[in-house]
Amino acid sequence: MDFELSADQRLFRSTTREFLARSVPLDVVRGLAASGVGFDRQWWRRGAELGWTAPLVPERLGGGSVSDVPMADLALVAREFGRACAPGPLVTTSAVLTSLVREENRFGDLLAAVRSGETIAAWSHYEPGHGLGTAAVDTVAVPEGTGFRISGVKDRVECGDQAQVLLVSARGPHGPVQVLIAADAPGVTVTPTWTLDLVRRTAKVSFVDVVVGEDAVVQRYPGETTAALEAQIQVAAALTAAESTGAAEYAFELTVRWMFDRYTFGRQLASYQALKHRAAEHKTSLEACRATAWAAANAFQGDPIRTAEAVSVAKSYVGAVVPGLLQDCVQIHGGIGVTWEHDLHLYLRRVTLGRALYGTPEEHRRRLTDLLDRKVA
Amino acid sequence: MTEPITADLEPVDEFRVRARRWLSDNLTPAPPDQHGETGKSEASWQRAKQLQRLLYDGGFAGICYPKEYGGLGLTPEHQRVFSEESRAYEMPLALNIPTLTICAPTILDMGSEEQKRTHLPAVLRGEELLVQFLSEPRGGSDLAGLTTRAERRGDSWILNGAKIWSSGAYAADYGLCLARTDWTVPKHAGLTMFLVPVHAPGVTVTRITQVDGSREFCQEFFDDVVLPADAVLGEVDGGWETTNRQLFHERTAVGGASPYASGVQTHSGRDVSGLVELARRTGQLDDLRVREDLGEARALNMVHDQLIGHITRGVGAGAFVPAAGSMVRLFSARNAWLQADMAVRIAGAAAVTGADADDAGSGQAGQDYLLRQAWSLAGGSTEMARNIISERVLGMPREAAADRGLPFDQVEHGR
Ligand SMILES: Cc1cc2nc3c(=O)[nH]c(=O)nc-3n(C[C@H](O)[C@H](O)[C@H](O)COP(=O)(O)OP(=O)(O)OC[C@H]3O[C@@H](n4cnc5c(N)ncnc54)[C@H](O)[C@@H]3O)c2cc1C
Repeated sequence: MDFELSADQRLFRSTTREFLARSVPLDVVRGLAASGVGFDRQWWRRGAELGWTAPLVPERLGGGSVSDVPMADLALVAREFGRACAPGPLVTTSAVLTSLVREENRFGDLLAAVRSGETIAAWSHYEPGHGLGTAAVDTVAVPEGTGFRISGVKDRVECGDQAQVLLVSARGPHGPVQVLIAADAPGVTVTPTWTLDLVRRTAKVSFVDVVVGEDAVVQRYPGETTAALEAQIQVAAALTAAESTGAAEYAFELTVRWMFDRYTFGRQLASYQALKHRAAEHKTSLEACRATAWAAANAFQGDPIRTAEAVSVAKSYVGAVVPGLLQDCVQIHGGIGVTWEHDLHLYLRRVTLGRALYGTPEEHRRRLTDLLDRKVA
Repeated sequence: MTEPITADLEPVDEFRVRARRWLSDNLTPAPPDQHGETGKSEASWQRAKQLQRLLYDGGFAGICYPKEYGGLGLTPEHQRVFSEESRAYEMPLALNIPTLTICAPTILDMGSEEQKRTHLPAVLRGEELLVQFLSEPRGGSDLAGLTTRAERRGDSWILNGAKIWSSGAYAADYGLCLARTDWTVPKHAGLTMFLVPVHAPGVTVTRITQVDGSREFCQEFFDDVVLPADAVLGEVDGGWETTNRQLFHERTAVGGASPYASGVQTHSGRDVSGLVELARRTGQLDDLRVREDLGEARALNMVHDQLIGHITRGVGAGAFVPAAGSMVRLFSARNAWLQADMAVRIAGAAAVTGADADDAGSGQAGQDYLLRQAWSLAGGSTEMARNIISERVLGMPREAAADRGLPFDQVEHGR
């Protein structure tokens, strides 16, 4: 896909890559892990200045896309995040932005604050025991005045412990709704949860009779809510596919270099056919990941069914292939590969998280068959 | 694809509309199962030739072949669009591999002007079938190690030896046959490619039965076959260069990425409607595991197409070496495995026992499974593809070869 980038996209990507390399090299990432904070708020604001929160936001609101294909820009950033194993709320912020942008007239201030990196907004949809479905919501929204009273529990909320605002899906009397809830509102309890990734944090959030007014209701009509949720899921899934691809790409480059540097029995590892063949398999898988993640990112402006399909193809394929690829990179490294000191596990953590969040391969495969059925019907 | 893209080409969208109308006026719907190599009868070859003639007369044959040789001189994009539009119709798919996508493009790249004018229009009119005489009983992967010989006698050549695994040779008119013409030089240097008439005196073709009962494979014996000087394709002793072009076209074709095909190449199972139907008929369409399998099969097909686009554009832009095409080849084998495995998983017992082995969903799933590895061997094995990827794409050290640099008559051979 690199050869298809415009000059603007290349610049955007290299700026991101250099900034990440300078500001969050892997020893800083390890430090962030040890410190108990997932990312530095000031650092995220600087990333926002570089344009990480801009693509989905229209120009008149301070955003803008360098390629006019917002998701392609974002996928480039996500891929760099993967390569660098970077921290930060890129995926969750982007998911929330898709909805705020749909309702830009009512949420202009928040939109601007999220855009500038001032405010962190977290996508809160998953519930304990539930998978990805748009219908799998037990959190209730009981009408109260022109707003709602919200009760329920969310988990796997990325950056939930760093966010000021949560975009929460709930079940209203007529179907799903989405509301914004301040993380410090009365009745909200945020509990950081253990996460396999060192710096991508999640939280569990419970809501007990949290009252929100009309001004906090983002979607109240079932059809619109479902469409908005679907868009959020697609954005999160497509960016995760791009991110995991970047992570695998970097880990594989590391491994190929190792295969040239490491000698056994007087020969480079790269000269053994058993290993060369595995490298060839992985290279092929990686190019397929790049092709499909890129296709998904570029499918967003087309026909909605095709978008859904391209996203599920990419997320299921990348999610299924990349963790095994990373494991084999560990294997080829030998003993050093399973040490804390070596960087490979940071990437293995990242892609294992990427496989599980925003739709497992199995969930996305079922979505693909649902789409096939729909076309046949 | 040797023609420059000029501004006066028909726009792709208009071409699509014209093709769509023509196809629906002139062709019949695709038969239910076009997979595999099974069931090619004399009648089916005749039908394929007829269909190709229909395309030719309608002005839709050889979309990427130059006009002077009977083609349309259009772009791979036109071809892609036509393939898409033609998916629902009966197409002469049997002619694709190897005639249209491998042998004819090799003649286009390497042939003399006269060879191009003789063979290419005949191929595009569906009158001539070409096959590949490369593999030999002693080994196909080590292609340049072959021992079929051609000796010069005056103005002609005398061919002796044997070839094997040549698909469809019994129905063919010519074979592109690689033979050794100099034994005193290292193996790649002493080879010459010949266009051998399959019905020439001295050529014996026998058929070999494959594991699924089909009889596509052939073996050929050459006993003092006399070939004229103009049977040489490319240079005398320069056969390896010709072969390289041929292998390039073969990898592209087997990966499903050739721009020279008539219709979509379905052999690697690019359509999951058969699997969906199988699930429906065996009452499992609501089973969650089966739905995951179907989704995975669908995903892999799409990734296959996306990878073809990615590698093709990358090679075009110079970002990948041409050998990167081997990644498409490797991926197509994986996809063929997955589709065959899924069919067996979904069919369950119906793949191995039941009323009707020819039943296009269930019994067929078992039959196809027997031939599962065919697509990882045909067109060069996946092991060779992995060698190419690791050595030429990733730059890893080449495999040691005991015959490197050695005159061929000093090289050791096995059985
Ligand atoms: C469906 C089908 C259609 C075919 N059609 C044609 C045709 O039309 N014309 C034609 O000429 N041929 C055709 N072939 C032959 C095909 O090209 C050969 O089968 C293939 O190249 C492998 O050669 P081989 O069978 O001699 O196996 P061998 O070369 O004997 O190899 C045996 C095994 O060893 C592996 N191997 C060999 N060398 C190496 C190495 N250096 N490193 C690692 N592994 C190695 C191979 O991958 C294979 O798994 C066809 C084959 C099939 C299955």
